[in-house]
This record gives sequence, structure tokens and C-alpha cells, in this order.
Amino acid sequence: MSKPLHLTLDMIRCDAYGHCAELLPEIIELDQWGYPIINDPSLPEHLHADARRAITACPRLALKLEHRPAANAPARSGHAL
Amino acid sequence: MSAYAGQSLRSRDHQGTLGLLPPRGAGAYEEFLNLYGPTPTPGERLIGVLEGSGLSGRGGAGFPTARKLRAVRDGRRPVVLANGTEGEPASHKDEVLLAHNPHLVIDGALLAADAVRARRVIIAVARATDAAAQLERALASRPDGDRVEVKTVPERFIAGEESALVHFLNGGEAKPTATPPRAFERGVGGRPTLVQNVETLATLALIARYGEEWFRASGTAAEPGNVLATVCGAVRMPGVLEVPLGILLSDLFARCGGLTEPASAYLVGGYFGRWVPPIEGLELSNESLATAGGRLGARTVIALPESSCGVLESARVIAYMARQSAEQCGPCVFGLRTLAARFATIARAEPGATEAYRALAGLHRQIARRGACAHPDGVLEFAASATTVFADEFSAHLAGHCTAHSHQHVLPVPTKQGDWR
Repeated sequence: MSKPLHLTLDMIRCDAYGHCAELLPEIIELDQWGYPIINDPSLPEHLHADARRAITACPRLALKLEHRPAANAPARSGHAL
Repeated sequence: MSAYAGQSLRSRDHQGTLGLLPPRGAGAYEEFLNLYGPTPTPGERLIGVLEGSGLSGRGGAGFPTARKLRAVRDGRRPVVLANGTEGEPASHKDEVLLAHNPHLVIDGALLAADAVRARRVIIAVARATDAAAQLERALASRPDGDRVEVKTVPERFIAGEESALVHFLNGGEAKPTATPPRAFERGVGGRPTLVQNVETLATLALIARYGEEWFRASGTAAEPGNVLATVCGAVRMPGVLEVPLGILLSDLFARCGGLTEPASAYLVGGYFGRWVPPIEGLELSNESLATAGGRLGARTVIALPESSCGVLESARVIAYMARQSAEQCGPCVFGLRTLAARFATIARAEPGATEAYRALAGLHRQIARRGACAHPDGVLEFAASATTVFADEFSAHLAGHCTAHSHQHVLPVPTKQGDWR
């Protein structure tokens, strides 16, 4: 049995090459400026191979797969605490 | 704004003790000790006292202070980082606190360090202010002054964001980084780092002296304590005041000499905050402001004079905030730039205003929750509150005219840009 995989994006690294949306259109769409929007980061098993291709194809290494559920990601840092 | 509206406004229950801003400043170290008494030594017990006090962070996010201390207490030896950078253009409370009571901030930083066993203690302040020199002088006059380092940070809105501040102190640019890791996991020099606003630390130093009951005697049950507030806009005496949480906004303005003309809206929480309508009975607390769609933030309260244009003022702020992007994340760089352009078109009541207004919802969806830090989301929330609170003015603008009598600028928007290093 395989663990659930989630696709995560480092928006700081991303430079809108758009390869990911070509290789994984089921999960990734592009905004009007060409940056990826990942609507549902949980990956069904039949897309694992395509997701790995998209990750490898990213010239900026901005995508990765994680076992950690994205919904439980830690709270983002605020401007000030 | 180097002078504050004066009188330290202690709540009734705090008579006989001093707050964050003593009437004539705390002065030199001997005078400070005479006023406040010696620095107590609670060590790790301080965390329990803070827990009982209910103190929450005073930098804007309002996270419970005791929990932050606890998060770094048990692991590797942490660093304490006091954040006095105050990038918010309309806020001056940290500047005033550091100028008038640097020893209380230093006390708080050292007390926090002792509570979490930290050796390294840093106070970070904005480069262009006098705060660094004032702190260095204060530190030189104390026997424990050599425990604290003072660092100056570039003058940028985003430079005080936790990850940006840590990245800068580690030798990088003052720009946010991808999280995790958060500072409490891996911060300055790779060590777990407790980042606390300077007002939080000064308040912590008061609680260490006077206790949790004393602290809770002021403010509301849900939001205890006194806070610093920066009040400006249509008030006779703009400035920084110490007030109990839950004070009526009308009382806050009264303590600033009253309003110069009726206000059409209040901006609470600065440029990361939200506009609220001038409803009677609103209080300076998250609980009360939430009923009007607002929140406290770092307690910057700006009364917008009714003669001015809320759409134009919002457009000016959004343009400034777009320029304050660290230009790292596409949706922030391009999204905020586009948002600013749409707001400018509406503010000028140009023929394309209706089209620009209709584009706002789609733009919101393409920006929301897509930045590495909270900057784009903060701007979106500000913009959304503007369209709600100034709905009538927006309608007028879309019809090609503006109802304002004056186009004199009210909200302070710096034109100078700091460096990233």
C-alpha cells in the first residue's frame, strides 16, 4: 500500500516556465501570468508517474512530492508577531 | 512622529504602578530602576506567569506569548530576537517605546532569554531611526548590557516579517523565505529562534514585576492588558498612547484631542489591516472590531476625514504595498501590480472604471493564498475592506465622479525605498 502523496510548490523558486502544467494538466493550471495553480495537491495514484515527470522537468526545482498532507501545513508566517 | 500624545494613560486599576510609557520617559538606568524597581529573576517560572496573564504578541499577529516561549524552551539552545523594525508606515509605537523606555525592552528581552535558556539576544531595529543609537547608549549604562546585540535592518515594509528578518540576520537579503522551517525551528545562525515584538517584551517585563493579576486588571477578559496605539488622521493631536484593550475608539480619539471633522471610516491595523465603518460603540479589541469586519493588528488607528476620498486613499496604499513586494512570488509581483492599476483606474473615475471593478473578484482568486509570505493576502484583505466600507464611493466612481471635497493625501505613503541589505 502506498502512502498518500501531495504536490507542493515553492512559489519563490518558480519562474513560470509552465512545463508542469503541460505534463500534469489534471492537477495544475496556470494563472494569467503563467504561474501554476495547484487546486488539489493530493495526487491520485495513477498520476504519480506524471507528477514525477513534472517535478523533474521543472528548471527551477520548485516542485516536490511530500508525504505530509498539505492541508496540515504549518500556519504561514505573518508579517509580524 | 517622535513625540507621543503625552500622558501615559493607565487604566484605573493600574494606579500606583507604571506602564509602558511613563509620563516623562523612563530616563537613564538608575532612574529606570527607581521607577520600576530591580529586574526580577523568575527564570523558567516566567513562562507559567505569562500563560496565566494571557499576554498575546503585540506586533500584530497576536499569538499567545507563553506558547512561543514554550516552543523553543526544550530543544537546542535558542536565540531571542526582539523585533523593533516596525515597517508599517503609519505605526510609530515601537519607535516611541524604544525612545522613551529602552530599558524596559532590554529587560524583557533578557527575561525571555533566561526563561528559555538563550545566550544570544538580538534587538533588531529599522536602520533610518535613532533607535539603534538609543539602545546602544542604554545598553552601555547597564551591567548586563553586553548580553544584547543591536542590529539595524533595511527600511522596507516586509523586512520585519519573521522569515525575512531571520534571513537578513543570517547574511541574506531582508526578503521572506519559504517556510517551513519556521524561525522557532531553525532561525538565526540555524538555531531555534524566539521572535517577539519589542512591545511584547516590554509588557513581559512589566508582568514579571507586577504579576498576572495586575496585567489582567486592565483590558477585557478575552483580551487583557494595556497596549500601545498609534492614532492619526482626522485627530487634533496624533500620537502614540498607552491604553487598555477594549477602550472605546471614541475615547481613544478624545484622548487625542478629538476629531477635526467627522470620520467616514477608520483604518485599524495599518496597511495590513482593514477599513471599518465609523460605528458607534466600537472598541479597540479584536472581539469588537470583528463585528465591523476589522481586527487590531499592531493597533494603528487612522480616522479618515469625511471630506477625503476613501477610494483614492485605498488606491494609494495598494500602489505602495505593490511596490513593497519582495518580488519573489509571481502572484504577488504581477497580481499586486495589476490590483494597484485597477484601483488607480477606479480612483480616477476613468471610463474603464467599471471594467476594472469587475476584474477585482477574479484577480482576488488568482492572488489569494499563493505567496510564500502573507504580504499579498494582507493587501487583498485591505482591498476587500475598501470595496465594502466605501461601497457608495465606489459606485460614484464607476459612474464617473468622486464625492470627496478634498484630495489632500491623508494616509502616509513613503516614497523612499530602502535597500534589501
